[in-house]
Amino acid sequence: MKTALKLASFLGLSLTVVPAFLVFAGTITWTTHATLMALGAVLWFVTAPFWMPHDAPV
Amino acid sequence: MASTPPASITERLDAINEFDREPVSEDALQGPGNFIGLYAGEHVAGTEFVIGPLFVAHGVAAGDLFLGLLVGNLLAVLSWAFICAPIATRTRLNLYWKLRKIAGPNLLFVYNLVNAAMFCFLAGSMISVAATAVGIPFDMTMPGLDDFYPNSVGWVVTVLLVGSVVTVLAILGFEKIAYFSKIAAPWMFLVFVACGVAVLPQLGVTSLGDFWTVANEKIWTGEPLSGRIRFTFWHVMFFAWFANMAMHIGMADMTILRYAKKWHYGFASAFGMYLGHYIAWVASGILVALALQNASEVAPGPIAYLGAGVAGLVAVLLAGWTTANPTIYRAGLAMQTITPNWKRWKMTLAVGMITTMAALFPALMMRLLDFVALYGLLLMPMGAVIFADFWLLPKLGLRQDYAEWKQLLFSLPAALAWLLTLGACLLLNLVWDVEIFFLGLPGWFIATGLYVALSVAQQRRVPVPQSSTPTTDFLSEEIT
Repeated sequence: MKTALKLASFLGLSLTVVPAFLVFAGTITWTTHATLMALGAVLWFVTAPFWMPHDAPV
Repeated sequence: MASTPPASITERLDAINEFDREPVSEDALQGPGNFIGLYAGEHVAGTEFVIGPLFVAHGVAAGDLFLGLLVGNLLAVLSWAFICAPIATRTRLNLYWKLRKIAGPNLLFVYNLVNAAMFCFLAGSMISVAATAVGIPFDMTMPGLDDFYPNSVGWVVTVLLVGSVVTVLAILGFEKIAYFSKIAAPWMFLVFVACGVAVLPQLGVTSLGDFWTVANEKIWTGEPLSGRIRFTFWHVMFFAWFANMAMHIGMADMTILRYAKKWHYGFASAFGMYLGHYIAWVASGILVALALQNASEVAPGPIAYLGAGVAGLVAVLLAGWTTANPTIYRAGLAMQTITPNWKRWKMTLAVGMITTMAALFPALMMRLLDFVALYGLLLMPMGAVIFADFWLLPKLGLRQDYAEWKQLLFSLPAALAWLLTLGACLLLNLVWDVEIFFLGLPGWFIATGLYVALSVAQQRRVPVPQSSTPTTDFLSEEIT
């Protein structure tokens, strides 16, 4: 389960940054990039709290 | 009901910091990964949305920016690694307890007050940053680069709203928000990268080969905006070096690095510097160049929206909020020494209100470079005092931690070194027109020299036994 959540989080981060490079390459439009980034943000914040460690030693 | 007699300033300060009184124990030491994560998270923050654009406003040239950031950030990393970390890993004490031993509790009280005031203003600028994101859906008039006072009713209402929410959340739970901040950090860094890359085609960059030409002609043009001085390589280098002056040569990060197993974990600060203070500053500079080209608004919210749409707005809001929250908390801790009978929530509320009032003035955000330089400069001399006390005094046969040994409430050498250094810096600024960004370096040497000379004068009057504090050769061995 934790592996699946980590994969989803990784996908969220990928959706945050990869579309920008696709806009730069002319592959997708800016609007599509903005939509995918919003989706990436939701995916990251929904999944990351379930596996990122809570301890803040310093 | 009998009332408790008021505690002395010393007792109040000590009560707040009681938990940290002892040196960190062996089993609490941390590996390098913690420090890499901590520095990377802490230095990709709300301020980055403001600092990058301000470099553009100051007309820095592209070559000066890239080289200045490279060298300045390297010097910052070296300051953490060679000045702050070795003392932190040898003493295992936080700044509070180390300074208390050297300067005495009463001088530490004054230092805490100055620190708290600076924290309030810093948090205020972060609330301003967050407000620029919240105001967009409501078509709020954004503050301009030269605005000093609140420029619209909408701005006032938005700042009051954001400030209230941030304060209430700070009261409800600092730890939960600190954890949320940790989660947001990697995502936020990628938002900066994505924003910068996605808008490059709109500036005319369609291949990597175009970048340098466009960077020079449209982004970092070498031409400052009206009313701004032109920044050179030296401005960028010194700003990057001293943006966190209070933390490295000011020694505030002893509080963090005392947990490091080895002194060289200070090099972990490179992750914060080169991700946050290099890539994020470059990215936000690109964004503001597009805003200027489009003659649109240049506040953090609007420029992030240009780069990433709604995700950009969320990033600005979170960046401002997650930075303001711990800052309000720290200011509350420092302020609690004044009103010891107040509950923590009441103190946080008071600090939040002061911070929100400060945030109403957009100048705090739009003049952030000057404020950050001033903040570091005010606190830096006490870092130099710690450095001199730890390394130089034993070499001269003088006692370290003299105030503690002599049970002084107030160390005159430390107080005079602090005040006279600030006076000398003011003189350099007023008489010789040395800009505030360049004052940290001479200031550090002045503070070190003054503290040593005044300590010699103080301790030679009455011979004292040699210090019993163990000190080793520089970087050779650690007391763990």
